[in-house]
Amino acid sequence: MTALESVPRREVTPQARRQHRKQMLTVLAFMSPWILGFLIFTLYPMISSLYFSFTRYDLLGKPKWVGLHNYQFMFTQDVDFWLSVRNTLWIVVVAIPIRVVFAILTAMLLVRANKAIKIYRTMFFLPSIAPAVAASLAFVFLLNPVYGPVNQLLSKLGVANPPLWFQDPNWSKPGLVLLGLWGIGDTMIIFLAGLLDVPRQLYEAADIEGAGGWQKFRYITLPMISPVIFFSVITGIIGSFQYFTEAFVTSSQVGGLGAPEGSLLFYATHLYDQGFQSFRMGYASALAWVLLVVTLIFTLLIFRGSKRFVFYQGGMFR
Amino acid sequence: MKMLLPRKLAAVSLLAAVSLVISGCTAGTDDSGGGASVAPAPSITDKTPVTVTMWSPWTGRELKQFNQIFAGFTAKYPWITVDSKGGIPDDKLIAGINSGKPPDIAISFGVDNIGKYCQTGAWQNLSSRIAGGDGIDLAKVFPPSALTYTSYKGQQCALPFLTDAFGVYMNDDQMKAAGITAPPKTLTELQDMAKKLTKFGPDGAITTAGFVPWFTYYCCAMTGVNMGNMFGAKWYGDDGKSAFASDPQWANLFKWQRQFVADVYGNGDAAAGTAKLKKFIAGSGDEFGCSQDFVRGRVAITIDGEWRNAYMKDCSVKFGYSTAAWPVPDDLPDRYGSGSAGGTVVGIPKGAVHADAAWLLLRFMTTDTATIVHMANNINNVPTTYDSAKSPQLTLPEQFKPFLDIYANPMSSWRPNTGIGDTDESVLGKLMDRWDNMSVRDGDLQSELQKAADQVNTALNEVSGP
Repeated sequence: MTALESVPRREVTPQARRQHRKQMLTVLAFMSPWILGFLIFTLYPMISSLYFSFTRYDLLGKPKWVGLHNYQFMFTQDVDFWLSVRNTLWIVVVAIPIRVVFAILTAMLLVRANKAIKIYRTMFFLPSIAPAVAASLAFVFLLNPVYGPVNQLLSKLGVANPPLWFQDPNWSKPGLVLLGLWGIGDTMIIFLAGLLDVPRQLYEAADIEGAGGWQKFRYITLPMISPVIFFSVITGIIGSFQYFTEAFVTSSQVGGLGAPEGSLLFYATHLYDQGFQSFRMGYASALAWVLLVVTLIFTLLIFRGSKRFVFYQGGMFR
Repeated sequence: MKMLLPRKLAAVSLLAAVSLVISGCTAGTDDSGGGASVAPAPSITDKTPVTVTMWSPWTGRELKQFNQIFAGFTAKYPWITVDSKGGIPDDKLIAGINSGKPPDIAISFGVDNIGKYCQTGAWQNLSSRIAGGDGIDLAKVFPPSALTYTSYKGQQCALPFLTDAFGVYMNDDQMKAAGITAPPKTLTELQDMAKKLTKFGPDGAITTAGFVPWFTYYCCAMTGVNMGNMFGAKWYGDDGKSAFASDPQWANLFKWQRQFVADVYGNGDAAAGTAKLKKFIAGSGDEFGCSQDFVRGRVAITIDGEWRNAYMKDCSVKFGYSTAAWPVPDDLPDRYGSGSAGGTVVGIPKGAVHADAAWLLLRFMTTDTATIVHMANNINNVPTTYDSAKSPQLTLPEQFKPFLDIYANPMSSWRPNTGIGDTDESVLGKLMDRWDNMSVRDGDLQSELQKAADQVNTALNEVSGP
């Protein structure tokens, strides 16, 4: 007989059942606002959009069932679909690593304790709370090829033909990367917290062993902040797949959605165009569900890979 | 301890959500396509007091000016009160129609949406009312151009209420300095004038452009609509399919643009001209402000809408300017004087509760000369009836007159209304963007036009569907 089996079972009396029911109702009552919100604003729209994805629906007439036609159209006939996928994958593959590295380097600069450090931390964080639309418009000005201050500085530094940034399909996405790096504060602050949490005695022990700066970074800092890197990569991927505001605002300033030459047509902007400008809400719903599935797959793959690369200090609870 | 309740709760929640979806995820409307119904409607005799709800996109000063017109309407129809709400764009209007709670009458700036509204019946077919006891003699009241962008396959589901028209603006001071005394009537004349008016700096960069032949220059200069009208290019063939590849005028348009750039800006080299022009355009000022290129004298001749006159006045420009119809291809002299015309439209949404009263208001707004003149004077758009365009009460500047003539020209038009909104123009615009930047070679033009046509045809098939 096990220790658990030796515990005598208590009889559940009607009074206990009533008490239990009352407790559950109290819990439900407090949870009900969230439950209602979830049902109305999350679950219902999700089920609706799944239904619409199998219909032809133009927002003005009744949805007409077309089965898998929208999905078939997406993969075989929509010229802009693959363009938007390529542009989005570019942001995922290029921008996220750059953001993570930049955030780590910035956080490492700000981890030192001195009097002015709080001011510097605030300065680095502030851009991240600027509204995305305002920031995008500001960067359209900053990166204006003729009168923008960036190109004027580059010209003074001797650069003969500075990039045309948002006017050039080869430089438009790097321009967005710069915009993203300017707003790195939110990611930086998380890395800062992670760096401050690294036990000092590990560095002291490494110093005693004669480890150099790179070795300490490689064998102590990186593993200890690997959970933060993991978090940043996951949230970065999710955010990048839904990349919309900056792309929408900048391209609208230089010639229209996706301009120049489709280089700023991302998946989310293509979805928006189909649903709200082309009156193809059924097809847009199909795009949304494909996006969900792909994002989920990417996230699961990274979670699976994290077992090899992420180190948790509280190892027994992994 | 059993945890049955949360599981049951989850199941009930899911069932409720699915039931909601099945029972009516949308109020929807009948996909009637606005079926043709031309039996004349009887005169409206019911004078029961009623309040008509009106939605429009205007805000601020323009909304205040707009609301002033209802005094005249109420004086004529004292039993009808108008409840006017502004700041309502098309997406909110669509939401209202979709929810079954539309306004009685709606104004839209989205001339590209009319085809969709007509096709789905979202806006009511007005043909029977137009032909009825309280009707309108359209041919006597409106120029033909007005009826092209307010109808779809013969159904009149909207009427015009002020409009935009496009022509050329010319910097008189620069033209005089270059010895040019008359506006260009042909594209050859435009090109010759542009050469004389263009100035280059010591580094070879353009400092003043005679004319900017760039499809994506600002929002409304060399758009697909404007260029298609300039060249008399057809958007669709008789079979209803896209004519981008089958009508040679589209190819002629693209070829003209490239040789213009090469000749005026590149010394015969299109790539060199494109590079210079690209850099020049990159320094363009805000289109809807005083730093707009023509307003600050950076461009000598430009295509623009009639609203630019208001900016010229508000920005107190120091140079003289004049306006005219845009030049046309040398082999199409008869098209000179025409242009693009399309703008604000008004209609009665499906499900309007007081449709009869709404019709009386719609008819008043779109035909009453004093109302249209009031709006034209205050909003600086083109008045949309013959009588209002001739009214001595118009206080618009003399440079406005060519736009009135352009609007009245029988060859002026917008773009054919379809059920795909502005998808056709968007597809063409993407090709124009790539052509501007020389990502499409001369030899690939026809195949690219065919691809664009195929894309439009695919979109049309998606709408009509199996």
